Amino acid sequence: MTTREKILQATLNNQPAASALPDISVFKGEDKDLVQKYMTVFKTIGGNCFLVDDVAGIQSLITQNYDATRRIVTTVAELSDKFELISNEADPHSYENIEVAIIKAHFSVAENGAVWLTEEVMGQRIIPYICQHLAVIVQADTIVPTLHEAYEKIGAGEYGFGAFIGGPSKTADIEQALVLGAHGPLTMTVFIMK
Amino acid sequence: MSQTKTKDHAAMARAFIKDEERVDWHDGALWYIREKRDLAAKQIPEWEQLRETASMIKNNVISNLHDYLLQFEANLTKNGVVVHWADSAEEHNEIVYSILKAKEINQMVKSKSMLTEECHLNEYLEERGIEVINSDLGEYIQQIDQEPPSHIVLPCIHKRKEEIGELFHEHLGTEKGLSDPTLLTRVARKHLRNIFLTRRGALTGVNFAVAETGEYVVCTNEGNADMGAHLSEVQIASMGLEKIIPQKKHLGIFLRLLARSATGQPITIYSSHYKKPRKGQEMHLILVDAGRTRQLGRPDFRDSLKCIKCGGCMNTCPVYRKSGGLSYQNTISGPIGAILAPNLDMKKHADLPYASTLCGSCSNVCPVKINIHEQLYKWRQEIVKEGYAPTTKTLGMKTMAWTLSSPEKLSTAGKAGRWFLHNVPFVVNNKLNPWYRQRDMPEGPKESFAEWFTKNSVKK
Repeated sequence: MTTREKILQATLNNQPAASALPDISVFKGEDKDLVQKYMTVFKTIGGNCFLVDDVAGIQSLITQNYDATRRIVTTVAELSDKFELISNEADPHSYENIEVAIIKAHFSVAENGAVWLTEEVMGQRIIPYICQHLAVIVQADTIVPTLHEAYEKIGAGEYGFGAFIGGPSKTADIEQALVLGAHGPLTMTVFIMK
Repeated sequence: MSQTKTKDHAAMARAFIKDEERVDWHDGALWYIREKRDLAAKQIPEWEQLRETASMIKNNVISNLHDYLLQFEANLTKNGVVVHWADSAEEHNEIVYSILKAKEINQMVKSKSMLTEECHLNEYLEERGIEVINSDLGEYIQQIDQEPPSHIVLPCIHKRKEEIGELFHEHLGTEKGLSDPTLLTRVARKHLRNIFLTRRGALTGVNFAVAETGEYVVCTNEGNADMGAHLSEVQIASMGLEKIIPQKKHLGIFLRLLARSATGQPITIYSSHYKKPRKGQEMHLILVDAGRTRQLGRPDFRDSLKCIKCGGCMNTCPVYRKSGGLSYQNTISGPIGAILAPNLDMKKHADLPYASTLCGSCSNVCPVKINIHEQLYKWRQEIVKEGYAPTTKTLGMKTMAWTLSSPEKLSTAGKAGRWFLHNVPFVVNNKLNPWYRQRDMPEGPKESFAEWFTKNSVKK
């Protein structure tokens, strides 16, 4: 008997009588003041948040807030004349020195501040982790109340890799002191497009 | 896993509590996290309903694990992930080694994984010439200090920043006396970034594995799992069989509960959903039994397999807070560790179910409603039945049983007890009586209730 067969047999022999799955459709968040709620939560978890009218507004905020002499990359076509477009063919290690990455989220979640990204919008999987500062664009009308609506929206979601990202990377491993910027970005900014 | 303990939990705890200031600080640090958990939970009106639902989903998983494993495996294969099965810690380690060896990889970076700690993977690989670096900051600190993690979420919660500063001075060349958490974290960030960039092999744990889609979710706050995985040529994920959940939408329930229960955060910073390998990358997943199917077969204890490893039971446990995680001498410490460990080795961990006051706080905060304190009590019965209880405990129990077996014996013993407490208290209040070590013996009453009742009912 292979290990696989042995484990499967032991599982079958030892598992208890079937217990039904509960209905989770009762869980629903309140569809109200989502932009405001999102901004409040996101700031509480250490993120920066701006309401903007258009891509030009984002562009000027980026140049004001970050060192424009450093490498700034994006997957947003409208920003490609100003910043370097991310190539999905390049070696991920070649993005080691990026200062800012600007990407567009599919949507965000009001209750926990997280944005939903798949590798398609990241350009490369490593981008939102390896950059020093992460900037994400969210359309105001795509914000959902809770993770329940989020997974409904994702549906089958054909992606190779996807992630909820809710704030700058952090650690409190040393005496419970909160430090922003563990291994991932030191800051995370969300631009909400009205 | 098979090495024997030279000291039991009580003896280890005795050493830990010698430093009273440290114990108070440790106690306070963990209670602070418990309070943050409460604040976060209170913001969700349907919190209790979420816990109940999570518990029901996990009951379904446990009762249908065989089919879910097959479904998960089929979907992983379809997604291009290589699936491996390991019956034991040794087999798991051999698989990791063979994957790395086939690619001639001799350096690997690892994110937090209690399973690989349980398997002693690092030691196994190092003996075979493969260097492993733990990338979670707390685990990295524990690794350079050659200590196991003392908490599943906060691996070095028992260490003071000055001690960490000293370790960094020794291993990373920081200035002597530097102990500022932000500065120390920056140094580790720089050092580990270079590790991520140069390692071809990366291993992660798994928080949730979705049978329906074959994807698995890894949750971190630091971003270390992703830094390792997305820069690697070979990505390995190790998971215990019990990490399965049926459908993707169930992640909504578990992710709402996990971080709030663990640290009081609304969600961990990164909840990464891994489904297919990156172009040019190899992805492996190892399904590990290592005692889990045995636990599945124990009706009183199988519920422990519902655990989502939030650490909430540790933060709330009065015994854990005052004895420290290392005193449990098991990868997973605290209340949940004390009900998981006896399944792995009942004789070795016979002390752990006694490291509890059975107050039930653990069961009350558990996001998947495991009846932890009831299982602790049941393990005690198993341990006594199997003959693994320490003699002092069995002797005491037998004396107690004899005394309580008849009213006459109880009355005589009561009289004797009161006489001793009144006339020669030093006979019981001394260092030879372990009960007296952290307690005062009560002042004995002059008479028993039975004596008082007889006297007073006659008067009427």
